[in-house]
Amino acid sequence: MSNLFPVKLEGALVRRAGKVLIGPVDLELHAKGVAIVIGPNGAGKTSLLRMMHGIARLGEGRIDWACPPSEARAHQAFVFQQPIMMRRSVLGNLAYPLRLSGLSRPEANARAAEAAVDVGLGEMLDRPAPYLSGGERQKLALARALVTQPELLFLDEPCASLDGRATREIEEILTRAAARGTRLIMSTHDMGQARRLATEVLFLLNGNIHEHSPAEAFFGGASTAQAQAFLKGDIVE
Amino acid sequence: MLITLDADLVEITLRSLYVTLTALVIASAIALPLGALLAVRRFRARRVTIAVLNALMGLPPVVVGLIVYVMLSRSGPFGVLGLLFTPTAMIIAQVIIIVPLIASIAHQALRELWSDYHDLLISMNTTQTQRVQALLWDGRRALLTASLAGFGRAIGEVGAIMVVGGNIDHHTRVLTTAIALETGKGEFALALGLGFVLIAMAIAVNLAIHVISRTERGGRW
Repeated sequence: MSNLFPVKLEGALVRRAGKVLIGPVDLELHAKGVAIVIGPNGAGKTSLLRMMHGIARLGEGRIDWACPPSEARAHQAFVFQQPIMMRRSVLGNLAYPLRLSGLSRPEANARAAEAAVDVGLGEMLDRPAPYLSGGERQKLALARALVTQPELLFLDEPCASLDGRATREIEEILTRAAARGTRLIMSTHDMGQARRLATEVLFLLNGNIHEHSPAEAFFGGASTAQAQAFLKGDIVE
Repeated sequence: MLITLDADLVEITLRSLYVTLTALVIASAIALPLGALLAVRRFRARRVTIAVLNALMGLPPVVVGLIVYVMLSRSGPFGVLGLLFTPTAMIIAQVIIIVPLIASIAHQALRELWSDYHDLLISMNTTQTQRVQALLWDGRRALLTASLAGFGRAIGEVGAIMVVGGNIDHHTRVLTTAIALETGKGEFALALGLGFVLIAMAIAVNLAIHVISRTERGGRW
């Protein structure tokens, strides 16, 4: 396994139609832990994740991984807010990234089946993925992202439209992945979830990182007024 | 004639099928990847290509026939091949007629699928070829519709194959050209009979393809 970390962002910025979505961001992240990205709507949470992952084009600045960029991309995965289901069976969805990485069909299918069991979808391997329920889809998307054993996993509000039970199941999967050494960077609106999972917190405001601190420090007493207000549940603008 | 399953009737029906299905297979092999590529790839002439493709959907078959005729005639560039007035010439003309139609419908269908898949496939670091493959495979049901539309246009086509095939008995006569001939001779009953055979065949092929590919079964996407 190559090593992505530490990753350094210097003045990284993303624009769309002339408007700055996120940045300039200066940030350094190390290998371990769960970084939770929080902030009001439009603060640039999604844009930050997309920028780091490389699916939003960098307008200015740079992102330096500890390995060549192509290698870095190969060891990352992304879970979208609206899970994207390929029009295939559950098994087909899970096997697809493995096939892309060059595994033979039987091998890919075998590993995909294990991955399905891992997230509790072992009973529905042959079911067409677009027919799954919301929670099942997100679990499948998560399993599909994890099946290639990425070093770094981005999650964009993965539990945004899920109920409590589905959320708990997703969190269990995430905790297991983190324990295996996968670095998680996840945005969320759910402060409870942020407290449960975070080892560090990135608080975004108006397209930039307003505060970056370890979780205990942040939840114990955020250093900026806006972050404190946000934690209390006030409306921050 | 219909009831006795006249040998001539069987012959021209099979020739109709042979010409159109061959043309369909060749045209699909060209047009489906083209449609997918147009959905996936952003290049400068893309809009123009799509506009041209859409315009070519309405290509007048007689004109295509004429152009193929000129190309294949003794004095044309491909005259040495001696293809004029053969079933191969008819296949070439039909391929030209249905490629734009299939490519255009395929592009419409796959564009939607691509907008679903875009972020995921980019995130997974796929190559252009892998993206096209994924779209073709996952969109296969929509692509079936595109191909069937092509089949429909080719099987009922008469202008081009009349010009390049020549409607030669036992050689290039197919159902549509036979209908045109019999109508011209005033043999309306026979022409109508042939018409029903043509329609029945078109329906049978459509049903067969649906059954083979199991669309509309179990309501799968």
